[in-house]
Amino acid sequence: MAATKRSSRAATSAGYHPRTPATGTSHVNVGPAERVVSALAGAALAYAGAQRKSKAGGVALAALGTSLALRGATGVCPVNGLFGRNSATRQPAPIEIKETFTVYRDLSQVYGYWRRFENLPTFMEHLESVEELDERRSHWVARIPGGLGTVAWDSEITRDEPNRLIAYQSLPGSQVDQSGEVRFRQAEGNKGTELQVVLHYRAPLGKLGKGVAKLLNPALAELIRSDIRRFKMMMETGEVPTIEGQPSGRGHDQG
Amino acid sequence: MKALCWVGTNKLSVERIPDPEILNPHDAIVRVGLSSVCGSDLHLLDGYVPTMREGDVIGHEFMGEVVEVGPALKKMKRGDRVVVGSVVACGGCWFCDTGQYSLCDNGNAHAAVAEKALGYPPAGIFGYSHAFGGYSGSHAQYIRVPFAETGSFIIPDGVRDESALFCSDAFPTGFMAADMCGIEPGDIVAVWGAGGVGQMAMQSAYLLGASRVIAIDRFPERLALARQHARAETLNYEEVDVLEALKEMTGGRGPDRCIDAVGMEAHTPGAEHYYDLVKQQLRIETDRPAVLRQAIMACRKGGTLSIVGVYGGLIDKFPMGVAMNKGLTFRMGQMHAQKYIPRLLDYVQAGAVDPAYMLTHRWPLERGPEGYDMFKHKTDKCVRVAFQP
Repeated sequence: MAATKRSSRAATSAGYHPRTPATGTSHVNVGPAERVVSALAGAALAYAGAQRKSKAGGVALAALGTSLALRGATGVCPVNGLFGRNSATRQPAPIEIKETFTVYRDLSQVYGYWRRFENLPTFMEHLESVEELDERRSHWVARIPGGLGTVAWDSEITRDEPNRLIAYQSLPGSQVDQSGEVRFRQAEGNKGTELQVVLHYRAPLGKLGKGVAKLLNPALAELIRSDIRRFKMMMETGEVPTIEGQPSGRGHDQG
Repeated sequence: MKALCWVGTNKLSVERIPDPEILNPHDAIVRVGLSSVCGSDLHLLDGYVPTMREGDVIGHEFMGEVVEVGPALKKMKRGDRVVVGSVVACGGCWFCDTGQYSLCDNGNAHAAVAEKALGYPPAGIFGYSHAFGGYSGSHAQYIRVPFAETGSFIIPDGVRDESALFCSDAFPTGFMAADMCGIEPGDIVAVWGAGGVGQMAMQSAYLLGASRVIAIDRFPERLALARQHARAETLNYEEVDVLEALKEMTGGRGPDRCIDAVGMEAHTPGAEHYYDLVKQQLRIETDRPAVLRQAIMACRKGGTLSIVGVYGGLIDKFPMGVAMNKGLTFRMGQMHAQKYIPRLLDYVQAGAVDPAYMLTHRWPLERGPEGYDMFKHKTDKCVRVAFQP
């Protein structure tokens, strides 16, 4: 797993916009970024729980996962309530996810496919759609895992260097606070194009927040990594290999 | 349809399961004609390969007839009689493009699982655990073949089903073993294991220019086949000291190239076997590397060790000092089916090799559990059982 801690210099260079005050109803006490992180990580945990061989451990994981997912979907966290903690109005620190793959296709082809943001939902499983509003701005809709609805936000391209780099970030006041930087480089020895994706999400503030971010980062990183692997597979083969729906002694496999 | 499923360690069961369907654009469905057992299946059965799930359909060496083709396939058509390589590879990544199909980046449907275990994910293999993609295997009436035009090859007219069958796995594995040796004229090649892969490695060594081939096993009927079909000189390790005998047979130099066609469940006479068996049972080591140790000791200085017997995890008492100071070269890997199969079908069509003699038992699928039991214990002079579903 290539998720690594970031240096503070890199954090500032990505250019985070300041957080605007939350506008939610009085009982919403989970910030938007934290909600998305909660929802994604919750779904990952619930899935991991369902896969577990040990029943008790599996049920516990699934329960924790489901509660996290609900917390993400509703913006209401009973634990936050109990402790009088409210991350909806606080400035969280960014967490970083960094993933690197080599794609056996030409630089211009790899850059070109990614640059059309409307292509992103073909390999990013949690994205429902991306609509390009103009040259720089786009409207993103993501599914909250577990059928708990969607979140939407607008994003703006902050740097675009053909065949080299695309950087984008959500607009101030968005429901989701996210930025991304995608770098492209020709691999040595005709091995294709090296692709590095760095995503930033807001994590909650304070000691508790740091702990939660540490906990969630691997699950989120895994989701992002599988998204980018799907991109590589789509580019190199035109499909994503699967066993979902194949027959076995268990009936039809779920993947 | 009927399928042979793994239901637990050393437990197989013939089950009724749904028919496979096209799931991806490059898929095809093949009606299985013949599907062979393979020594590497025994590691799955014995529970030494993790990530097997109850209900997995096993089997990876097969031929049959195409009955359905996915929308992205251009050349393949219904009715094609094909042999399918056991390795699932995409044909579009750098590894496939350079002929290293078993290292394919995209053939494994569970790449993330394999990546955790191995650092980088290898290709998929039919019916060979979820670390290798979790694909349903070929011991069934029908099988879904992903990336079908990359992995399937039309069987030339005049080549019988049972001759083409082993071009799926045993022949390419044996051929790659010999290929990795880098055989030069005058070379003596020693092959440990006279099962299907070993037999093919011996014949391939001659095809690639070896002067002499020596086979090492303990089953007289397998050694007899090696003499008869593969022109091998033979050693029964239960009767002779292999290291002494090899030295004697090679003018005191040792064999130039050594092939391990046995792998992680090697059997040896004496205390070493029980040492490794106990450690393996206690899960202190996962693999019993007796053949590997012996081949390192036996090999000529500066010689090559080619490993196609399957290893799954950790070994110990590995004589690295001997290997280093003798200047040995190690080559190893799962075989690149798609690279070798066209060439091997040519050999078979030309009559240079006919692997059909290894098919000692042709049984209905219903006798699957019994077939594996016979194959595992090598009773009834069994070399290979193939099921005709």
